[in-house]
Amino acid sequence: MLPLNKCRMTSNTDFLPILIQFVFVAAFIALMIGVSHYVGPKRHSKNKDANFECGVKQYGNARIPFSVKYFLVAILFVLFDVEVIFLYPWAVNFREFGIDGLWKMVMFMGLLLVGFFYVMKKGALEWE
Amino acid sequence: MAENIKMVEAPEGFSGEGFFATSVDKVVGLARSKSLWPLPFATSCCGIEFMATMAPHYDLARFGSERPSFSPRQADMLLVMGTIAKKMAPVLRQVYEQMAEPRWVISVGACACSGGVFDTYSVLQGIDKVIPVDVYVPGCPPRPEQILDGIMKLQELVRTEPMKRRDSPEYKALLASYGINVI
Repeated sequence: MLPLNKCRMTSNTDFLPILIQFVFVAAFIALMIGVSHYVGPKRHSKNKDANFECGVKQYGNARIPFSVKYFLVAILFVLFDVEVIFLYPWAVNFREFGIDGLWKMVMFMGLLLVGFFYVMKKGALEWE
Repeated sequence: MAENIKMVEAPEGFSGEGFFATSVDKVVGLARSKSLWPLPFATSCCGIEFMATMAPHYDLARFGSERPSFSPRQADMLLVMGTIAKKMAPVLRQVYEQMAEPRWVISVGACACSGGVFDTYSVLQGIDKVIPVDVYVPGCPPRPEQILDGIMKLQELVRTEPMKRRDSPEYKALLASYGINVI
């Protein structure tokens, strides 16, 4: 008689094949890269290894100064995005949290709002 | 369908039921010759003829040169098309030296082969004064069919080239005679 209940909870050892597969994949990739690095024919000379600059001599390094406004916008985005992430669980459970939760969230957002006013007054959001 | 479709012949080898055995040199030669990626080093009028060769009417891409690359690191054949001035010669040499082996050079047009009509103080009289050349395509400018013929001759050269050529003393002597010392 076949067992009627075929469901069972997944235990830790069920994921062992995935780990073995991962180890094999990593070993295979390392082997391919290692073999091609050591066995592959290569030639070196001073000119050949120099950076390609369309045949002319290379001067200096490729790091050019760039405007800090890109960095500022990106970092402010990260900060306010983290704030928004904190808002999501409150949005789901706001009824259970009640007035108490509202007050705590208002305090949290108020602190961040002060920071936001500081950023605006300092002109970090000026693009030009 | 047309009956005059030319198929690539298989290299000589031993075949049997479900297998075909040949030498690595032949297979690699076949693969290399049918996928030569050009580096168009076009300076003058021959460059315009090359543009016509790449265009659909003459279509170089069907010979395997589907991807012209302006970076020497990813190109197989250097197509020098046009007058090379003496000021340009070190630039050409640097580009050739930065190409990854195996690499071949086709000199297209009279100016690249020998200076052409410009026998003057500023024009390099032939690129083989600075880099080793495999195929010379004469013409001023050569017709696209001639450029294709040059590439086909190069394909024949590539197909029969042994894989160990880069280690042979003749090759090293050839490069040393141009001052290109690679270790």
